[in-house]
Amino acid sequence: MQQQSCQVAIIGAGPAGLACAIRLRQLGVQEVLLIEREAAAGGIPRHCGHSPFGMREFHRLLSGPAYARRLVQQAIDLGVRLLLTTTVVKLGEGGLLLLSTPAGEQRLQAERVVICTGNRETPRSARLVSGTRPMGIMTTGALQAMIYLKRLQPFLHPVIVGSELVSFSALLTCRHAGIKPVAMVDSSSRVTALRIAAMLPRALGVPLFLNSSIKSIAGRQRVAAVEIEDHSGQVRTLPCDGVIFSGRFVAESSLIRQSHLHIDQRSGGPVVDQYGRCSDPHYFAGGNLLHPVDTAGWCWSEGRRLAVFVHAGLHGKLPATARLLEIETGSADIRYFTPQRIAIPQSASDFGPLADASPGLQLRFSDASRGELELRADDAVVASRHLRARAETRQLLELPLAKLFQCEALSLHLTRRTPE
Amino acid sequence: MTVSDDFFDIIVVGTGVVGSAMARRFTLEGARVLVIEKSSDTLDGASKANSAILHTGFDATPAGSQEQLCIAEGYAEYLQIRERLNLPLLECGALLLAWNQQEADMLEQILRDAHRNGVSSTRLITRKQVLDREPQIGAAVVAAIDVPGEFVIDPWSAPYAYLLQAIENGARLERNCELLGGSFDSDSWRLQTSKGELRGRHVINCAGLFGDRIDQLLIGQSSFEIRPRKGQFVVFDKSAAGLTRSILLPVPTATTKGIVVCPTIFGNLLVGPTAEEQPSRECADTDSGALARLIDRGRAILPALQQHSVTATYAGIRPATEHKDYQIKWHPERNYCCVGGIRSTGLSAALGIAARVFREYGEAGARHHPLEAPRWPGVPGITETVKRGWQQADNGGIVCHCELVTRREIEQALQGPITPGSLAELKRRTRVTMGRCQGFYCSAELSELTNGLFEQALGEKF
Repeated sequence: MQQQSCQVAIIGAGPAGLACAIRLRQLGVQEVLLIEREAAAGGIPRHCGHSPFGMREFHRLLSGPAYARRLVQQAIDLGVRLLLTTTVVKLGEGGLLLLSTPAGEQRLQAERVVICTGNRETPRSARLVSGTRPMGIMTTGALQAMIYLKRLQPFLHPVIVGSELVSFSALLTCRHAGIKPVAMVDSSSRVTALRIAAMLPRALGVPLFLNSSIKSIAGRQRVAAVEIEDHSGQVRTLPCDGVIFSGRFVAESSLIRQSHLHIDQRSGGPVVDQYGRCSDPHYFAGGNLLHPVDTAGWCWSEGRRLAVFVHAGLHGKLPATARLLEIETGSADIRYFTPQRIAIPQSASDFGPLADASPGLQLRFSDASRGELELRADDAVVASRHLRARAETRQLLELPLAKLFQCEALSLHLTRRTPE
Repeated sequence: MTVSDDFFDIIVVGTGVVGSAMARRFTLEGARVLVIEKSSDTLDGASKANSAILHTGFDATPAGSQEQLCIAEGYAEYLQIRERLNLPLLECGALLLAWNQQEADMLEQILRDAHRNGVSSTRLITRKQVLDREPQIGAAVVAAIDVPGEFVIDPWSAPYAYLLQAIENGARLERNCELLGGSFDSDSWRLQTSKGELRGRHVINCAGLFGDRIDQLLIGQSSFEIRPRKGQFVVFDKSAAGLTRSILLPVPTATTKGIVVCPTIFGNLLVGPTAEEQPSRECADTDSGALARLIDRGRAILPALQQHSVTATYAGIRPATEHKDYQIKWHPERNYCCVGGIRSTGLSAALGIAARVFREYGEAGARHHPLEAPRWPGVPGITETVKRGWQQADNGGIVCHCELVTRREIEQALQGPITPGSLAELKRRTRVTMGRCQGFYCSAELSELTNGLFEQALGEKF
């Protein structure tokens, strides 16, 4: 089997991976290998044929594919080596990767590996929806790839399940292909995306059923109808020829789950410290793998920040870890947070300037939540903020590393919470 | 020559695992065989969804029943032929677990049955031995029977290999060919089908869920009534596969073998089936409540399953009848054989059933010359027990990322020799879309690769 080596291998050429690769080259790292399993780089934006992308990165409004093209071109111009149609099959200790390429198996030894494999939507099966399994059931991601990349129409009158941002993306994607959804259905009492998004289905003449969940799918070869049930128990049959399960993003962490790296059960992604470093310090992780789901722009800025830590690590400039401090929480409302642990250095001054680059804590809540969000170090509040969070929105909390040097126990709390 | 002009020694009705094994056996014995299938795909009925266990028949009762004998013979033949057909085997063994004293008290009887059935390697083991071997099993376990011979196989490649070997040795397959009626003139059959009239000397009914209907259609009566029994399954992510290396069986009841937790040959972990009587022979729907209960049961058996996600859910329908045993019966006066009521053990027993039916055919006086040098086509290796396509050169790149299925494997499957007529069949041949994303990543690529090939297209150009 062939074996090659490089300084940094990045897995996944979406916004986070591309941004990290670009910044690493800008920082002077010679060999940056960006591994992408699809035949083209760009990640999810590549098949989001609509705006808005690129405000943060290019200060202008771009469509997903145009945005992806610009990022990829920038990476190529800076000398990032792209390895397309190449799948990482196994993560080994110390940065030894097993790859599948069209030419067969290969090994790659990287000094540092950055995992940016992103996230994907929860399909019908994992949602345990009742009914038959006819053709015409898919996630938004699959729909977008079919429509924007292949110009194929899988159905004409689907039902869209969900009301996250991506659900409205599904709506726009349908519109692009002349597909007319018969309904949008969501179990929550209000749309999960910004309230203003609720105007979109109305403007397009698509009925929006809130407080309603999908009860079962009928149809033998193709979808024929779905049954939806509202919170009062009333069941309604909607004839349709497809079902789009949108949102409920989960980390694409398959590789990590089958490796030696530790998994965070809450986020479904790897456990990382404040530098984005995994339990094996040869590995780093960033982007939506850590926090399903954020915008391309957010992942891009995170990828850039991560590059600084990876670069420092390559040159032995990340402070040596004296101990690892796990962040605990007793709050069931907190769906996940990242980083999950803090690497405490030998001396307080080691936190140094790099510490300031850390974005702090990122959190998400299962439901709309209100209250005082606190980070407590040995029962002293070291960071807090008033929280008024909608479900599925990113929340941030400062991570005052200098105050944590002596700390023995670190925990997150949400108090005085009342449902919105 | 068109199929209507031809005359066959044997017409097999149905291309489930039993029909496929039947076609293979009679072809190898020198008979001219036609297999008909009403669906556009082979393996489209009861055989497509099961637990994929190759049973020893240790728990088949009573000893000497058709089921017990066919499982024993089928099991032995599978092990004997599998390498030549490139069929996989996961030699995992099974533990039959007792979870309370009442169940533990039943183990002695099960062990006696096993020994009487000739499965001599079974033995009782203590709670400590269970937990030493499978430390993830729930602490409430009391005792177990170790059945080292219970294995896991590929439920789709096996019947495909049987049918493929039949066809490569001269059998003929007609799909989209529904049986509408037939008449026997004391020497041979004329069958009316959706593809016209077909003629043959003998008819073997391997119609699975429609076995009784075919009996009625051709001989006016049936010795059994199909009582469809649905089984739902939950497939857990590959990350859960390490939780048990063994098949974990419950103490069976009078009506069902119960809910099993077992590794799959594709590197997942399976929990199921339920056993639900229902009127429909075709509607293999799942129910969220039943699936949730299966997951709970799985977590009781393997508590660490809590931390693993669900990859897929499915349901299969078993052709149970009012009888416990198989209903295999020749009607020599009509050159007709019914192979009915082959319920959940069909995958293990199919080769044995075919051998039995052929023996009885010979005893009735029929004679053929067995093929001197039959062809042994190997099926593509798609399981985790063999070197996979992605590990080989010129694989065209991976299309299905979750299951690591390459472009070349898909293209080869689409070329035949038995071309898939639907995505479901392509999935059974290659594993595409079977993984945790269920098509999030590969649907678009697949819809392009299969454009124009399937009756039900994945998408239309716009």
